[in-house]
Amino acid sequence: MNGLLNLLIGLAMGLNLVALGTSRLPSLIRVAALQGVVLGIMPLVIEQEFRGLLLVVAAATMAMKGLVIPALLRRAMRTANIDRDLYPLIGFVPSLLLGAAGMMGAVVLARRLPLLPEHHESLLVAGAMASVFTGLLLLIGRSKAISQVCGYLILENGIYLFGLLLIHSVPLLVEGGILLDLTVAVFVIGIIVDRIQRAFDTLDTRKLTVLRE
Amino acid sequence: MTMILEFVIRLAVWLLLAPLLPGIINKVKAGVAGRRGPPVLQLYYDLARLWQKGVVLSTLASPGFIAGPAVSWVAVLAAAMLLPLGPLGTSLSFRGDVILMIYLLALGRFCTAWAALETGSAFEGMGAAREVSYAVLSEAAVITAVLTLSLQSGSVSLSAMLSPSAGTGAVLLAVGLFTVLLAENCRVPFDDPNTHLELTMIHEVMVLDHSGPPLAAVLHGASVKLLLFSVLLVQAVLPLGKLSATAAGGVLIAGVLLVTVAVGLVESLMARAAFRRVPLLLTTAFLLCVFALLIAWKGGAA
Repeated sequence: MNGLLNLLIGLAMGLNLVALGTSRLPSLIRVAALQGVVLGIMPLVIEQEFRGLLLVVAAATMAMKGLVIPALLRRAMRTANIDRDLYPLIGFVPSLLLGAAGMMGAVVLARRLPLLPEHHESLLVAGAMASVFTGLLLLIGRSKAISQVCGYLILENGIYLFGLLLIHSVPLLVEGGILLDLTVAVFVIGIIVDRIQRAFDTLDTRKLTVLRE
Repeated sequence: MTMILEFVIRLAVWLLLAPLLPGIINKVKAGVAGRRGPPVLQLYYDLARLWQKGVVLSTLASPGFIAGPAVSWVAVLAAAMLLPLGPLGTSLSFRGDVILMIYLLALGRFCTAWAALETGSAFEGMGAAREVSYAVLSEAAVITAVLTLSLQSGSVSLSAMLSPSAGTGAVLLAVGLFTVLLAENCRVPFDDPNTHLELTMIHEVMVLDHSGPPLAAVLHGASVKLLLFSVLLVQAVLPLGKLSATAAGGVLIAGVLLVTVAVGLVESLMARAAFRRVPLLLTTAFLLCVFALLIAWKGGAA
């Protein structure tokens, strides 16, 4: 079980690096969606017996993160009619190197934390911290609103990974609530993206800093 | 006496088999595109033809223009002789021979770039600049891969390092080394060996002014380098040391053929990456090797 789980987390961490290295908006959205699906499989791997609620939450996670949110983002991208190249504030090579360094730091830090014995062998904490760091890096280092949403999604994926540590004590309903919040947030951002585009003719969020009353 | 004989046979194997690989790659590319393509032995014919031709020398060039390709050819061949060939092992093995191999390859590259600069042509200078700046990144990846292998086996000699597999990080190492193979041999995502636009060429532009036997040495050296990197990749990833001699030999040949076909497929199915993307690709290869190194390190500790 731990081997399979670690493989999935390793895959999610690899997708983090792909997200940092990609230069096109559609592929960034695809990477974030794929990571959401990988994360959706994890509760099924952790929990051995299949409870009804668990299946529902896993399916909902995969459907939301893999289908609904990417579809919303693609729609926002299409309606805002933006060009698909990302213009990074932090270049691709530096952000890739930073992401890799953050990943290693996360693994080292996770080994030093006083975790429960059953979590010692798993990469959950390391994967969670690495995803949060990647999300932050994307939020800081990309100027387009939609790519920042993808950073936000990856950051949320990291928080979800942390949540998996507590899967036995926290009701899965909480996870469902977060998922709903996330979807609404992305929905709202989709509308905001459209408004930014109309007001400024660009999605560069740096323009928002010059707003005056 | 037998040692000398073995040495000569080994050298002959490298010399004679290497030009087969570009032929196979071109055949694969032609097959994917639906053409018949040049014969597999085309490079042999080309080399024979070039060898009989005269040399055109620029009045500007110093003897370095001839010495560059010659030294580079010999250096690559010497590096190849250090590499063990599966069950045959190596004729010359000592502590740290892997470092000598890396530096011989670097010497080869230096001499090619030197000969390119000798012509005084701006295009060739540009190609040389590109070649050495990409080399900085790909060499980092090779050295990390070598570190991984030496950590895994606890040894710094090639024959001991390459007989076990690369362990759990083997997949990462395989992808990383394959990317380096493509970059070092100027294959498609990095450079197009068929292009005739000087502005986009890397390796091809450096040898534009060479002719006759020096050009033959450059072309043959490039094919030896391709064979060297494929043999290195196969041996680094697969545990050839655990197999019987005939099986290991068969696996090695099959592996090298597989790598060659994979290069051909990559070349037919991918476009050349834009120049600003190349450092990103090479950094990715480097990072893959770094992660393989970390896995080898931590796996050894646990």
